[in-house]
Amino acid sequence: MRVLVIEDDQETAAFLKRALKESGHVAEYAADGQAGLDLARTNAYDVLIVDRMLPKCDGLGVIKALRTEEIRTPALILSALGEVDDRVKGLRAGGDDYLTKPYAFSELLARIEALARRTSPEEGSTRFVVGDLVLDRLSHKVTRAGEAIMLQPREFRLLEYLMKHAGQVVTRTMLLENVWDYHFDPQTNVIDVHISRLRSKIDKNFANPLLHTVRGAGYTIRDSAH
Amino acid sequence: MTALTKLFRTTTFRLSLTYLALFSAAAIVAIFYIYWNTTVLLSRQLNQTIDAELKGLAEQYRGGGLDQLVRIVAERSQTPGNSLYLVADKEGTQLAGNLSAVSPQLWDSLGPVEFVYSRPAPGGVERRLAFANVFRLPGGYRLIVGRDIEDRRELSRLIRTTMLWGLGVMAIVGIGGGYWVSRRLLARIDNLSATTRTIMEGDLAGRLPVSGSGDELDRLAQSLNLMLARIEQLMAGLREVSDNIAHDLKTPLNRLRNRVEEALREPYDEAANRETLERTIEEADGLIKTFNALLSIARLEAGAGGENREKLDLAALVSDVAELYEPVAEERGIALKAEASTPIVIHGDRQLLGQAITNLIDNALKYGAPTAEGGNGWAPEVGVRAETHDGVAEIIVTDRGPGVPAAERERVLARFVRLEASRSEPGSGLGLSLVAAVARLHGGSLRLEDNEPGLRVVLTLPMEGDVLVNGTVPEPPTGAELRPT
Repeated sequence: MRVLVIEDDQETAAFLKRALKESGHVAEYAADGQAGLDLARTNAYDVLIVDRMLPKCDGLGVIKALRTEEIRTPALILSALGEVDDRVKGLRAGGDDYLTKPYAFSELLARIEALARRTSPEEGSTRFVVGDLVLDRLSHKVTRAGEAIMLQPREFRLLEYLMKHAGQVVTRTMLLENVWDYHFDPQTNVIDVHISRLRSKIDKNFANPLLHTVRGAGYTIRDSAH
Repeated sequence: MTALTKLFRTTTFRLSLTYLALFSAAAIVAIFYIYWNTTVLLSRQLNQTIDAELKGLAEQYRGGGLDQLVRIVAERSQTPGNSLYLVADKEGTQLAGNLSAVSPQLWDSLGPVEFVYSRPAPGGVERRLAFANVFRLPGGYRLIVGRDIEDRRELSRLIRTTMLWGLGVMAIVGIGGGYWVSRRLLARIDNLSATTRTIMEGDLAGRLPVSGSGDELDRLAQSLNLMLARIEQLMAGLREVSDNIAHDLKTPLNRLRNRVEEALREPYDEAANRETLERTIEEADGLIKTFNALLSIARLEAGAGGENREKLDLAALVSDVAELYEPVAEERGIALKAEASTPIVIHGDRQLLGQAITNLIDNALKYGAPTAEGGNGWAPEVGVRAETHDGVAEIIVTDRGPGVPAAERERVLARFVRLEASRSEPGSGLGLSLVAAVARLHGGSLRLEDNEPGLRVVLTLPMEGDVLVNGTVPEPPTGAELRPT
């Protein structure tokens, strides 16, 4: 994956570049809004990581400019402003996701991988398959090895989101935001309990578990037998 | 600027001057109009009377000749009054009447004329104004009938002087009154300015004087005082936040620093270092959470945030959050009962209200279980209800835990306050403060009550319905909803 990091803080940019490289991605970097805009216009990137406050042209300005030029590269906004209102402003400007500083790198990585996947054709498919687990989005039916699994509506949406991002790490915040539409942080790790419920329904009687916990990051659904 | 120029510059003084000028102009016009009309009317009446008398005398002349005319005129001249008569031959010699010498201007005039005549008076002769008409008789004889109008002239002069005096007095009273009112007002304004200056210099507790008369200055001072109270409250909040940061954020930071320092001091051990680093990240995350919560509360209390208000179903939101917590409750062996089936439409920020309800349920689950030692015989149960009472929406969260003593109920809403009994559970002590801040931002309130036994938390929110919020008019229901689809 080719990532453009537009960030004015040298150290943060160097850290991101290194960490992205370790995760197997190619990262390029621009130190101000104008340079970032020029790079994003001329090269094809899979994802942009844009700091909200930048010299010359601020982050939202960069994204707005790109969107008016029909450049739809997914963009993640990084900001120290974390209120819901700021988030809404960022998304209105054309950003695709919003992450508040300080953040964990695992969170950032999970989010940009999810963003890059959004442009893939799987997004619109009506059937998700992971190993012998099948989710049909039209009939709202879930089967594992041909056996029907009964899920509550919310559990279905949780599984749907996980399977849409099969093979990728999905963080707890991503689940809260996308499955529950809550952009705040509950004190208790409520997501863990929901995941363990879901796990007991889809993995309990099978030798080969599909729903895995990724330590320090979140969850992933994948067929580890292959 | 001298006191006098300052006074002349006041709005009141300028207003009084303007009113004075306008009023004087209006008075002059009115008086002049009345005066002029009266004069014209009187002259016309006089003219008619004289004409009638002339005609009457001319009849006498035609009937009885000059002799009879002379006789009647002589007779009428004897009657005291202001009537003037003269019958004279063509040389101007008086045959009868009380007018003697007559000016040629009157003698030759063809119509009514004003003239001055002399008449004997105590101590000499006085010249008086008169008005007369001439009737020419055959043979050069003249009959003159007139009226003394000196009194009328006197009256006119009197009216004119009165008018001038009146205007003068009006100007003096007007300017003086303006001066007095302005001075009084200026004194009050100066007083207000002085108070404002002391407040600006740092005396935030200072308030503007209110005279108690309820006039516009009082109302202004009252509004400004409310504003000052709000500013003072915000400043106090800010100070409190910095105190809180100093105390409750520095302590964990110090702990974190100690741990790293200790790890550096000890001989290198891969596994131990790894654990230290992991715990450091955990602690840093905890700090970030606390910091975020603190910032959110500060922002909400400053009245910021909540720009994303929309029409939402509070009951649906309550059941939604209850559903999120249902597995957690089950895991803890607590029955979580949600009763929120009837839709309650309010105008609010979904995220903020969601966070508030989350905090309330989270608190009830954490601290609301009957404790082992203080067991009250009740099964652990948390109830969540959304109801409406008299136009307000209420979210009620109840538990069967140890509750909060009545004396502590106000205090637990403050930042970082945690009761001794709750110290065993993780938490920052900011949960209820945030709920209270969200309630206030929505124009609602938060109160704690006794659930007999347990705690009952009531979050009250106004049902704004179609009231304007943040300057946006809620969308009217569209017709599309009514059409069958």
